[in-house]
Amino acid sequence: MSKYYLNYLDELESEAIFVLREVWAQFENPVILFSGGKDSILVTHLAKKAFYPAKTPFPLMHVDTGHNFPETIEFRDNIIKELGVQLIVGSVQESINEGRVDEEKGKNATRNALQITTLLDAIEANKIDCAIGGGRRDEEKARAKERFFSHRNDFGEWDPKNQRPELWNIFNGKHFEGEHFRAFPISNWTEMDVWNYIKRENIDIPSLYFAHEREVVWRQDSWIPNSEFLVLEDHEEVVTKKIRFRTLGDITITGGVESDADTLEKIATEVAGMRNTERGNRSDDKRSESAMEDRKRQGYF
Amino acid sequence: MLDKNQLLRFTTAGSVDDGKSTLIGRLLYDSKSIFEDQLKAIENTSKRKGHDGVDLALFTDGLRDEREQGITIDVAYRYFTTPKRKFIIADTPGHIQYTRNMVTGASTANVATILIDARHGVIEQTKRHAFIASLLQIPHIIVCVNKMDLVDFSEEIFNNIVSEFEDVSSKMLVKDVRFIPMSALLGDNVVNKSENMPWYQGAPMLHTLETMHVSSDINKVDARFPVQTVIRPQLEGFIDYRGYAGRVASGILRKGDEVTVMPSGFTSKVKSINLHDKELEEAYAPMSVSITLEDDIDISRGDMIVRSNNKPEPSQDIEVMLCWLNNSPAKSRAKYTIKHTSNSQKAMIKEVVYKYYINTLERNSEDTDLSMNDIAKVKIRITKPLMIDSYRENRITGSIILVDDSTNETVAAGMIV
Repeated sequence: MSKYYLNYLDELESEAIFVLREVWAQFENPVILFSGGKDSILVTHLAKKAFYPAKTPFPLMHVDTGHNFPETIEFRDNIIKELGVQLIVGSVQESINEGRVDEEKGKNATRNALQITTLLDAIEANKIDCAIGGGRRDEEKARAKERFFSHRNDFGEWDPKNQRPELWNIFNGKHFEGEHFRAFPISNWTEMDVWNYIKRENIDIPSLYFAHEREVVWRQDSWIPNSEFLVLEDHEEVVTKKIRFRTLGDITITGGVESDADTLEKIATEVAGMRNTERGNRSDDKRSESAMEDRKRQGYF
Repeated sequence: MLDKNQLLRFTTAGSVDDGKSTLIGRLLYDSKSIFEDQLKAIENTSKRKGHDGVDLALFTDGLRDEREQGITIDVAYRYFTTPKRKFIIADTPGHIQYTRNMVTGASTANVATILIDARHGVIEQTKRHAFIASLLQIPHIIVCVNKMDLVDFSEEIFNNIVSEFEDVSSKMLVKDVRFIPMSALLGDNVVNKSENMPWYQGAPMLHTLETMHVSSDINKVDARFPVQTVIRPQLEGFIDYRGYAGRVASGILRKGDEVTVMPSGFTSKVKSINLHDKELEEAYAPMSVSITLEDDIDISRGDMIVRSNNKPEPSQDIEVMLCWLNNSPAKSRAKYTIKHTSNSQKAMIKEVVYKYYINTLERNSEDTDLSMNDIAKVKIRITKPLMIDSYRENRITGSIILVDDSTNETVAAGMIV
């Protein structure tokens, strides 16, 4: 067999680097949407590779719900220091204070949907014409239809039925004033690919992904971390379990799984044997069959 | 999964009636690529809709409108992995009003799968799908003769369909065609070999996809490196560094190669090839790298670095097989932005030579209006030369899109003749 072919991880890497360079070439003011989760960490790592030896040319933008894992914020600040890039923070708390959004009430209240307003306000205020995200098509059925370059109108909305066709590797990022794009360099990666690559490249990720002891509550089929934001029901009990998180979102909605995987090697093995999707532990996606599609149409990540 | 495993992209065209969704569901289900929470959701929906057992077709459900209408509208991408390969499926609709979506899904595929209902044999839709696969130069075609359970697993019916298809495909440019008799509903010859068709000596579909030789499909002869952007770090240790960043479109570039920069024509030698902090001896398609040259030459986005003894043709007038993608028809002699690799120029459609009626595969040179889903041979005039190859030789440097400047929408995709 010829040696002139790439393995699947190299091909995914090459595709993502190509997309990131297209973003840089086609837009004036692009940013990376950084949540502190493994997917946005991966995108940031790929951006570093794409422009080496130059500095990563994208600021990181964090939509801060105020309901963070403290570990995520610490990780974010370290990566900003290491790369020497600018940090842009959009604060959901400020959006609430300014009366732009109303906080949800009740036991299952989250700030998840409120992020949309904060995100779009931050995009507008900072004149951002392309926000690079770590969205993957394998995550969810609405995301399976995403383009690499995904158009948003001047209200920040996504129109899934009227998307620009995307052929070969020719991306069309042309847009009018006030509109913006979302770019998804790791569209074609699966959760397993992400872990295999993180392992191969030995990429630093927050400690939350590794098995650790934590106070948790059993709710909606997963272990929700105890925090100052959690309102306990009478029948609910706080217990200590050895868990890890498969995805990272707000501390109020991100469920953990029981696990002993405390190295990248063990995580990759564990993920390979997983029988549930990673978003199965995210209560934001459980609200309805089209929960993700509805939020994405309004401008969600 | 082993580190040497390759990625294979394939496209499926078809409608619900052909059992396309069932086939994809079967591939995912039998290769154990479906998670339990997904399965549970599908079981619930199947029960609610009154189906017996699990309706595998529900795995490919997409947007809300598609669920309501029970059809695929847009291209959806799906993923699965076996111990041998990683697969990306571009799942596209099959009806004529979605030709543009089929063309989109086909543009990046190594393999096209075409579904035939064994009860109906080769129909108009089959011809259309084969035509699109040949137009987009997909190197391999797998013809899935499905629903064999409804024709008593008859070898004769299968053989008739094979020869019917060969009659059609002999008029097209298709290189490698394989036929598999199957029942996606029952799982025969999808992942597991059928016990109902002992007369079929070939491999099931998944094994065929896993073992198909695809690394020789990439053009390794013509070195083409479209420059995406120039990396100038101006940092200590890299003060004079000028890296040309891009993805090798085809061929192989090595350190020390004599290269020419198009369109300026300046020549130099490859000084280094880098991927992040690694220095490489050579780069080949589809690697993303940065290249430095021995000489200081003015190079920017849209230029192409090629080997001096093998150059593309700079052309201002090109002939293209064009697929119209947009709701508003082509405007006569209007200007569009043409995008070709990293280059972007203004262009005008000068002439529609003929239009294909893709259901009959007839050419018509009288009817020259271009509306959505039309495929036609056209002549395009460009303000400045593009560095082109023919699409048949090079899928990357042989393809273009047209963008309407008044809407910024991508209105057409073209394959250079």
